[in-house]
Amino acid sequence: MMRHEAAVGARAATRTGQAGHILRDAVLAALVALGLGAPLLGLQTVPAERGLTVIPRPGLLFGAIACVFVGRLALGAFMARRAGRAALATPAPRFRLVPPGFAPTLGKAAGLALLLFALALPFIPGAGRYEIDLATLVLTYVMLGWGLNIVVGLAGLLDLGYVAFYAVGAYGYALMAKYFDIGFWAALPLTGLLAAAWGIILGFPVLRLRGDYLAIVTLAFGEIIRVVLLNWVSLTGGPNGLSGIPRPTFFGLPFSMAGGPGTFAGFFGLEPSPLHRVIFLYYLILALALLTNLVTIRLRQHPIGRAWEALREDEIAARSLGLSVVAVKLTAFATGAMFGGFAGAFFATRQGFISPESFTFIESALILAIVVLGGMGSQLGVATAAIVMIGGFELFRDLEEFRMLVFGLAMVAIMVWRPRGLVATREPSVALKERRGVAAAHVGEGRG
Amino acid sequence: MLVVENVVAAYGAIVALKGVSLTVGRGEIVTLIGANGAGKSTLMMTICGSPAPKSGRILFDGEDITGLPTHVIMRRGIAQAPEGRRIFPRMTVYENLRMGAEVLEGRHFAEDLAFVCGLFPRLKERLAQRGGTLSGGEQQMLAIARALMMRPRLLLLDEPSLGLAPMVVRQIFAAIRDLNRDRGLTVLLVEQNAYHALRLAHRGYVLVNGTITMQGTGAELLARPEVRAAYLEGGRAQDAR
Ligand SMILES: Nc1ncnc2c1ncn2[C@@H]1O[C@H](COP(=O)(O)OP(=O)(O)O)[C@@H](O)[C@H]1O
Ligand SMILES: [Mg+2]
Repeated sequence: MMRHEAAVGARAATRTGQAGHILRDAVLAALVALGLGAPLLGLQTVPAERGLTVIPRPGLLFGAIACVFVGRLALGAFMARRAGRAALATPAPRFRLVPPGFAPTLGKAAGLALLLFALALPFIPGAGRYEIDLATLVLTYVMLGWGLNIVVGLAGLLDLGYVAFYAVGAYGYALMAKYFDIGFWAALPLTGLLAAAWGIILGFPVLRLRGDYLAIVTLAFGEIIRVVLLNWVSLTGGPNGLSGIPRPTFFGLPFSMAGGPGTFAGFFGLEPSPLHRVIFLYYLILALALLTNLVTIRLRQHPIGRAWEALREDEIAARSLGLSVVAVKLTAFATGAMFGGFAGAFFATRQGFISPESFTFIESALILAIVVLGGMGSQLGVATAAIVMIGGFELFRDLEEFRMLVFGLAMVAIMVWRPRGLVATREPSVALKERRGVAAAHVGEGRG
Repeated sequence: MLVVENVVAAYGAIVALKGVSLTVGRGEIVTLIGANGAGKSTLMMTICGSPAPKSGRILFDGEDITGLPTHVIMRRGIAQAPEGRRIFPRMTVYENLRMGAEVLEGRHFAEDLAFVCGLFPRLKERLAQRGGTLSGGEQQMLAIARALMMRPRLLLLDEPSLGLAPMVVRQIFAAIRDLNRDRGLTVLLVEQNAYHALRLAHRGYVLVNGTITMQGTGAELLARPEVRAAYLEGGRAQDAR
């Protein structure tokens, strides 16, 4: 018993020590904020009659410092509480005992709810043009996230130039339409193939690279594609981009405000409305995104997908099990690129205008952030992260330049709260159908 | 079954194997012992094609496999439980084993799964558990079981006893002995734990700084004073019982 009291006393002592430490830490953070903020926030330059004048903004500066101080304090307290709780708990079991099938079922239910919501969205009362447009944007990033997830989340190849394939798809469709008069539906599979081919072209030189080196080369690749698009003026229009990209048709029926028998509205006997095309585009990207998801889910149970995951887990082990690492990497790059290409073609037909500005490194970084925050490999996590990030971006539009700040804070918060992403648990791709007995007769092959 | 002739292998300027020759006959357990950094793992990896030998030849079942890519070599009937186990940590035990059966495209999977679960009952209880949450001994069992799923004719084991409790080492060595005796599996076993390895093996080689310095039957090598001095004193006291 005495030992117990001593332990409690010691704990109280460490707690006061800890409080001091947290406070010191917060003061330090506030000082850093003062140093950084004084020139950046504290002073504002305004155009005056002659040149610029500087006016101080003490309110903003001290507000920001207070935010940093309080935030740091709260974070410190939170982390200490958590550490304390972990230390007090009885020795944790080496693995968590989740009732079999519990987590996956929850995930499935959430996924299904999201899907139903997505299907019904255009008809939910209150969903106007703005909402549907926003949802279309979100879905574009969901699709890009799922596409990149194949490369980064499943195969474990850090790709910082994914936007290149998005660009290849967009320009591929725009040029095919311009020079060969190929319609969207015919061009779609071609853009996918084109992007996949570029995925292989990127894949070859980076076969031997891993980790940071791979990241640098893929980043350069993304920039090269953008610079080529920017400078090959005769083909791509350079910085002016390409305009007049044909809009998609409803299986041959154009969306036109004129109405008439040959148009979508006329054929279905509807009042012509600009909303038709918006809703159609929404369902188009939903279908493309779901296709990406479906293919990924199927491939995970297929030898190719299993090989991707084995490669991510341990390249040397994968090779020693007879997998051809070359083939595994190239298929991952090609498959991921293909979906990027599809998304690019969709982007081009939706916008009707594209320019290299849409394909900067920031796009790659955003898509990668979606994959990482989503939990590297989890389909539901990636979708959630895309909704949170793109939706959040829009939500905080009024904050203007502070949007980036909020965005950064949100990312830090997620990484503190869930360091391995929103959905970190990996669902097995093959499992015993029957959960007991390993007698040969009872062991299912576990699909695939 | 396996013939290694005068193999030289290097990592850039570092020459790790300076002309190594050894043979492993069908149905044999051959052990390769040597100190840390002697080049044992390099020899294992060179047999598997990575790094490719600078010179010399490697024959498997009479066919020259020198310079073939790793995945081709591994599909000819050689399997490896590499140094450090290298199981797939986020995959379940079951999925790890399934990856082993990938070269066979899953044929005989159920049968082989039942077999390795019989060999290592600990794995059977943990099929749905993630590889990374297994204990060291269980991970080693999984690495060996995963290699066995390839139905190899030659099994390469790189330091299976590394970091394991003596009781677990005994279990694993007993399993190797059974595999060899009951199934005729040929084994090349790399070990620093020379006492157990030499007791188990039919023959052994001693590798020092990339060169074979001694060879003989397990019993012969165990009796050699040089071997005792370099690899057994202390080791034996810890591991013998
Ligand atoms: N990937 C590598 N790159 C460079 N040198 C290596 C590499 N692997 C091993 N070596 C070197 O090769 C020599 C033999 O190493 P290794 O085969 O791992 O020895 P062992 O398995 O007998 O402990 C050592 O000198 C080691 O430093
Ligand atoms: Mg070694």
